[in-house]
Amino acid sequence: MKEHKGVWVFAEQRGGKLSDVGLELLGIGRKIADKQQEGLAAVLMGHKVKPLVDELGEYGADRVYLADNPLLEVYRSDAYGRLMQEMIQQYKPNILIMGATSIGADLAPRVAAKVNTGLSAHCVGFDVDDKGQFVGQVPGFGGAVMASVICPNHYPQMATARPGFFEKLERQKGRKTEAVNVDVKFKEEDLSIKVVGTFREEVKTRPLESADVVVAGGYGVGGKENWKLVEELAEVLGGGVGATRPPCDEGWADLEGQMIGQSGKTVRPSLYIGVGISGAMHHLVGIKDTKVVVAINKDPNAPIFQAADYGIVGDLCQIIPRLVEAMRVSF
Amino acid sequence: MKPINSVVCMKPVPDQRFWDKVSLDKKTKTLRRAGIPIALGPLDKNALEEALRIREARGGKVTAISMGPPGTEEILEWAIVLGADEAVLLSDPAFAGADTLATAYALAWGIKKLGGADIVFLGNESLDGSTGQVGPQVAEFLNMPHVTHVSRIELVDDDTLRARFHIEYGFIDVEVKKPVVLAVEKGINEPRCPTLWGTVWLRERKISRWSADEIGVDKTKIGLSGSPTQVSDVTTIELKRKGEILKGEPSDVARQLVQKLRAENVLPKG
Ligand SMILES: Cc1cc2nc3c(=O)[nH]c(=O)nc-3n(C[C@H](O)[C@H](O)[C@H](O)COP(=O)(O)OP(=O)(O)OC[C@H]3O[C@@H](n4cnc5c(N)ncnc54)[C@H](O)[C@@H]3O)c2cc1C
Ligand SMILES: Cc1cc2nc3c(=O)[nH]c(=O)nc-3n(C[C@H](O)[C@H](O)[C@H](O)COP(=O)(O)OP(=O)(O)OC[C@H]3O[C@@H](n4cnc5c(N)ncnc54)[C@H](O)[C@@H]3O)c2cc1C
Repeated sequence: MKEHKGVWVFAEQRGGKLSDVGLELLGIGRKIADKQQEGLAAVLMGHKVKPLVDELGEYGADRVYLADNPLLEVYRSDAYGRLMQEMIQQYKPNILIMGATSIGADLAPRVAAKVNTGLSAHCVGFDVDDKGQFVGQVPGFGGAVMASVICPNHYPQMATARPGFFEKLERQKGRKTEAVNVDVKFKEEDLSIKVVGTFREEVKTRPLESADVVVAGGYGVGGKENWKLVEELAEVLGGGVGATRPPCDEGWADLEGQMIGQSGKTVRPSLYIGVGISGAMHHLVGIKDTKVVVAINKDPNAPIFQAADYGIVGDLCQIIPRLVEAMRVSF
Repeated sequence: MKPINSVVCMKPVPDQRFWDKVSLDKKTKTLRRAGIPIALGPLDKNALEEALRIREARGGKVTAISMGPPGTEEILEWAIVLGADEAVLLSDPAFAGADTLATAYALAWGIKKLGGADIVFLGNESLDGSTGQVGPQVAEFLNMPHVTHVSRIELVDDDTLRARFHIEYGFIDVEVKKPVVLAVEKGINEPRCPTLWGTVWLRERKISRWSADEIGVDKTKIGLSGSPTQVSDVTTIELKRKGEILKGEPSDVARQLVQKLRAENVLPKG
């Protein structure tokens, strides 16, 4: 009998609200746990977060390890890391997955080093191979290369996963879960990181990652005035507006919310329309899972045409209004 | 005020302008990087810049450290030209094939041999692997606290600094006592450019090269054999698509496109 058992998912929360990524991971975690014939557990840390336990159960967790303590109110790597290490040593999970958010990506490697195991980074897919080994699909070189990473002899097998790549399970109202209370044995004096302030911006718009249509503008859009054309096209399609780096640098678009690519967001819509974008690999890797790619560019030799399903060679100021018209008529 | 000694971890990475030349050896499942020039990761320049600014404000020393094959000294020359006092390359065939844990282990022992540091700086993620895992793991091996995604640093007093941990749609400001490991983001500063003076500087400073034996690591914890993760398969992503160009007058092309998209079933149902 194997000593390490169970699939664990880190249920990240901020200000008492569960992050989507944790619920997405319960979805994929459920599949892996079923394949391995093991249980699925969520790890929940925070302060006054007990009410979230039921929600985790409804999204698929068989068990919730709950650490509820004022010391855990805001994330800090030393408190969370230490507690996670203690929990791993006590309960010996087989697999531990965390979201590759800034918090998960900060916590996971520290924990992996503490318990001397490997960590597959920013996975976009998971599998269990013929030998029953957990496999993570890890993108590298800005996404141009995909590596299958395994961790055969160390436990738990750890991975972080990109937000937005996995689907939540349908919420099953009233589904029961078992809560296991975890004690926090350390005190404030034992910690070396002190939180002195936090700032949180409310997210108003639907994140680009989950948009079904994305219209992205590039440097070729030429200015704030023309940027409205890009927004108009997105609007008629009910889609989100993305951007390459230069429009963000110019202030036409927002770097954090809109930049797509290696250093920005990864989108996977059914339809992507790139306008005034040359097609640098840095940008293209962020759209590679799109179903249909359309490019509008006045330069017939722009590399984006190779990476597009349909191309229109022309000035965007002429093309977009016609396109908006044609779409309106067709709906 | 006490001077601050910083160590900056700098990774040699294949020059991004040549990435489309990185090919896959289908037999060995490894990447062929031969002939591709080495460059310095952009965030590592931000990490170095932050260390240099702190030295300018407080005195102390800046040491650059890198783990890589022989020849990657040029990364460290760059660091010296920009103003680092000293540089070390950890280089030994035994380091090859390291995952993040084995990389962090080796770097941590290199830093120990340097006598430790008040602040260890890294980039938040490298250009090629970009796991972002090395910083927190170096911190664990050095038994120091860490902060990643750092977009701002303030020195509070001799022992304490304040760092801004940038998270999605917000940040967490923390206070932490030195020694500490900080992994920085791009927005933290604007890296300086080399000067003529820097090239003179280069002639006067030396770059050391240390082997695994010289830093006294446990050889079972480095390189490929010391790495808990294994790459079982590698594939390259094909970005090429149909590439069909629609021809005609703007309104005609627009109509054609709508038809195609309708046929592909990717237009929202109105
Ligand atoms: C380390 C690193 C990371 C990076 N990460 C990212 C990233 O994550 N995301 C990202 O986007 N970029 C990233 N970049 C930048 C990237 O390399 C490119 O510089 C950028 O994607 C180019 O943007 P663009 O295509 O909008 O602009 P350009 O390359 O300037 O292209 C503009 C295009 O618009 C066309 N055009 C001009 N006028 C018109 C018109 N009136 N009508 C139609 N077409 C017109 C032109 O023909 C041209 O092809 C990164 C770079 C580096 C070095
Ligand atoms: C496609 C691909 C996928 C990979 N997937 C994984 C994975 O899932 N898990 C895993 O454990 N490893 C993985 N690796 C291996 C990992 O990238 C290497 O171990 C690498 O040496 C360190 O990780 P990084 O480049 O991701 O560093 P990061 O953690 O992203 O680098 C952050 C910073 O650490 C410093 N740093 C990193 N490496 C060095 C160095 N050699 N010398 C000096 N400073 C350094 C730099 O300051 C850098 O900015 C992968 C590599 C590739 C190419």
